Amino acid sequence: MPENARARILARLRDAPARPAGPEPDFAVMARKVHPPADRYPRLRRLMEAVRAEFVETTEAAWPGAVARFAAAEGLRSLAYGRGTAAGARLEAAWPASGPRLVPYDRPFEAWKRDLFEDVDAGFTTTRGGLAETGGLILWPSPEEPRLLSLVPPIHLALLDTTRIHDSLWHAVRAEAWAGRLPPNALLVSGPSKTADIEQTLAYGVHGPKRLVVVALVPA
Amino acid sequence: MTAETGRPDFRRAAARALGDSSLRANFRRAMDGLMARRAAQFADPVEWRDLRALGAAIRARSLARLPELLERLEERCVGNGIAVHWAETAAEANALVLGILRRHGATRVVKGKSMVSEEMHLNDYLEAHGVESLESDLGEYIIQLDHETPSHIIMPAIHKNRGQIARLFGEKIRGAAYTEDVDALTAIARRVLRRKFFEADAGISGVNFAVAETGTLCLVENEGNGRMSTHVPPVHVALMGIEKVVERLEDVPPLYSLLTRSATAQPITTYFNLISGPRGPGEKDGPREVHLVILDNGRSRMLEDRELSSTLRCIRCGACMNHCPVYTRVGGHAYEAVYPGPIGKLVTPQTEGVARRHDLLEASSLCGACGEVCPVGIPIPELLVRLRAEAVAGRPEPGVLEAGEGRHRLESAAWRVWRHLCERPGLYRAAGFAATRFGRFLPRWLPGLAAWTRGRATPRPARRTLHELADAEGIPDA
Amino acid sequence: MTGVLAAGRSRPEAVYYYGTCLVDLFFPEAGLAGIRLLEREGVRVIFPRSQTCCGQPAFNSGYRDEARAVAAAQLRVFSGTLPVVVPSGSCAGMMLRHYPELFAGTPVEAEARAFADRVVELTEFLTDVLGVKLSDRGEKVRVAWHASCHALREAGVDAQPKRLLAQLSNVELLPLSRERECCGFGGTFAVRHPGISSAMVDDKAADAEGTGASLLLSGDAGCLLNVGGRLAARGAAVETRHVAEFLWERTRDR
Repeated sequence: MPENARARILARLRDAPARPAGPEPDFAVMARKVHPPADRYPRLRRLMEAVRAEFVETTEAAWPGAVARFAAAEGLRSLAYGRGTAAGARLEAAWPASGPRLVPYDRPFEAWKRDLFEDVDAGFTTTRGGLAETGGLILWPSPEEPRLLSLVPPIHLALLDTTRIHDSLWHAVRAEAWAGRLPPNALLVSGPSKTADIEQTLAYGVHGPKRLVVVALVPA
Repeated sequence: MTAETGRPDFRRAAARALGDSSLRANFRRAMDGLMARRAAQFADPVEWRDLRALGAAIRARSLARLPELLERLEERCVGNGIAVHWAETAAEANALVLGILRRHGATRVVKGKSMVSEEMHLNDYLEAHGVESLESDLGEYIIQLDHETPSHIIMPAIHKNRGQIARLFGEKIRGAAYTEDVDALTAIARRVLRRKFFEADAGISGVNFAVAETGTLCLVENEGNGRMSTHVPPVHVALMGIEKVVERLEDVPPLYSLLTRSATAQPITTYFNLISGPRGPGEKDGPREVHLVILDNGRSRMLEDRELSSTLRCIRCGACMNHCPVYTRVGGHAYEAVYPGPIGKLVTPQTEGVARRHDLLEASSLCGACGEVCPVGIPIPELLVRLRAEAVAGRPEPGVLEAGEGRHRLESAAWRVWRHLCERPGLYRAAGFAATRFGRFLPRWLPGLAAWTRGRATPRPARRTLHELADAEGIPDA
Repeated sequence: MTGVLAAGRSRPEAVYYYGTCLVDLFFPEAGLAGIRLLEREGVRVIFPRSQTCCGQPAFNSGYRDEARAVAAAQLRVFSGTLPVVVPSGSCAGMMLRHYPELFAGTPVEAEARAFADRVVELTEFLTDVLGVKLSDRGEKVRVAWHASCHALREAGVDAQPKRLLAQLSNVELLPLSRERECCGFGGTFAVRHPGISSAMVDDKAADAEGTGASLLLSGDAGCLLNVGGRLAARGAAVETRHVAEFLWERTRDR
């Protein structure tokens, strides 16, 4: 019976002879992986481009236009985004009337599942920042910016403020006090989906997006 | 398996594998590449030493406080809206999973990679109960198409080359044109699985790390199938062994770094998912329900032994098997176990019995390459020798499964004779004298000698022993 | 690292020599060469005749009681404070890594720990304790080095033998493509799993032949028997030699 299973497992674990906890973990090796602020974006970009992430550099003022131009240049039919975010509002305001459709993800997934899977060419999300040590973007999906924006459409456009790059994941977890604040889903994304399951040969575009395009905000 | 005993027989399985030259070539090439790339990731010996010590300390501390951490994990998960279930055996876990699926009328399931689910033989069980359980990780998908089990814990299809995969896809996937191009093969899999993600009633995943502090399940992946399986279907069932919990969120980054660099020589994977609950208030996607199944399946027994408990530090990176000269030559299937390679040689005898799986305990030259690369410092060769001792123990301690049942009269008698000889210097010297003067008369059919000389010149003792030379040269005695 | 070094001792004036079973039976000349190398440096070498086996074969097979009894005998044979020099990374490793655990909880635990601290592999002793300076008196030769697993991973010996070889001006050291990979001996492993062991020794032999070296050197008799036996069966031009014998032959007065 499930209840008994829990009780029996815990009882067996408690009855086992005490194991020494061993030395206290020493996180110095994590703490010393720091990067001068000026190095962080170049390093992140290099590491992510090595796994085929693409970068479009623009500025805080100009990024909505840059995203719109990217969508048009790529011949996208549609770009989904999160309505109700500040970024979403800016995108709406700047979006040209003709060309790719801007599709708000503003209703439950079940209401438009097929369209999301088949008709949306790209998904746009903001990010919380990036990681210098390994490359990678931090995403915290929310009611306004749902999870599947960064997963289902074949292209994921991710807005990165290049002044918000942490030294490493360990630094980010501590600096932003993630423990106690995590949303139901948080994630790191470091490039387009990939696999090496066939003869250890890298192939891109498996089940996640085929392309990750980082819209990087650099100082004007 | 031998026909006579029905017991797995590594020697026989290995012999078959050794005869398969394409298998050997596949594995040799793959392991060489993995070893080289891993070495490049850990080029700084000081960083490796320190990070590994940190990883070992985190895992050891988790194991030392396991019951407390599991309870805290459960409490936080439940608080987050994740339902928590406990199972002692694989059978119980299977029943639990089926129960959850049936409550939702789920008959089509997509699965991310989970070694725990392999222990459960979950796919077979679900199929037998009318549920389609489709592997979505490309490597797992490939072997499922071919009705095989994984031959490596990270790269399940590593034993197949692209020609074999091309033929498999061509035969088994409707509408798939034959191609050996890796990108094209991947695109076929993407197309097939995308539809399955769309249609699935439930998604099943493993758990790389479970964080007690926050009630968070961490999933590591490159393909995106993990996210697809756990976010698209309305129900997500996560499977974990009891040992996978860590105390704090801060503990995760060092383990994650050790895992990705040891397993696939990446500084970071494409995706790292932290799941702390089902679809939240106002969220527009995500599963309506998340269930966590916590499985024992023999682990609590391993924890009862202070020395052997370090087996459970394992973070499933696969580095040990990548560096194992035995694994390289025979591949994972020869082990006839869920977990192959060096870690499998520790886990399987402890969960199935040191007598029943004595074949695995013996299948090591104790070269130590595995222990050298284990990112959490499991002393694999030492534990292997410990298990060998348990297998033949004359007065076995309770705890290790089948302890003492591997003891054979003939062998233990031989070691008693050896001891007798080595405790008596006069006898030992006499034996050495006999070996040098008469050793060449040893019959070739003696079991050890026959095996040795199949491919090697007969070893010839020298004309005189070192003891005799020392006497002749007047080297001082004690 | 051996305790002999950690203790910060200056050159000892005398040492024990533990020959090991396989050297005793199959490579006694190498064993004697090791003694000569030490004596030439002004060290008095004591070879206790009552030495037998270090216990490793029984220990690795799980027969701890038998291993312990035989190891205890060696503790008595090598009593005192002299360093114990061993021409084998495997046996040295057994003594310095496993004797303490073998005797844990027994009345001789402290003695076993003290003994383990005195054990040092031959090439490590020559390089790190004695700081030998070698002059090559031999003809040009190309050699390859096989790093035995236990020397590497239990006795911690890696650079030392190569440093000694590097001092020999007419010796060209060619790298194996997989220097650190096991040769497949593993004591009873070669006999219990002959198929896999053969596959491993085959690769090692092919690797050695592939270097173009005329000699494959190692500090471990088990490896030498194993790989040497395979090379001979292949009719290879490469021969094997114990590093002690090689060093002595190259540097002794003619």
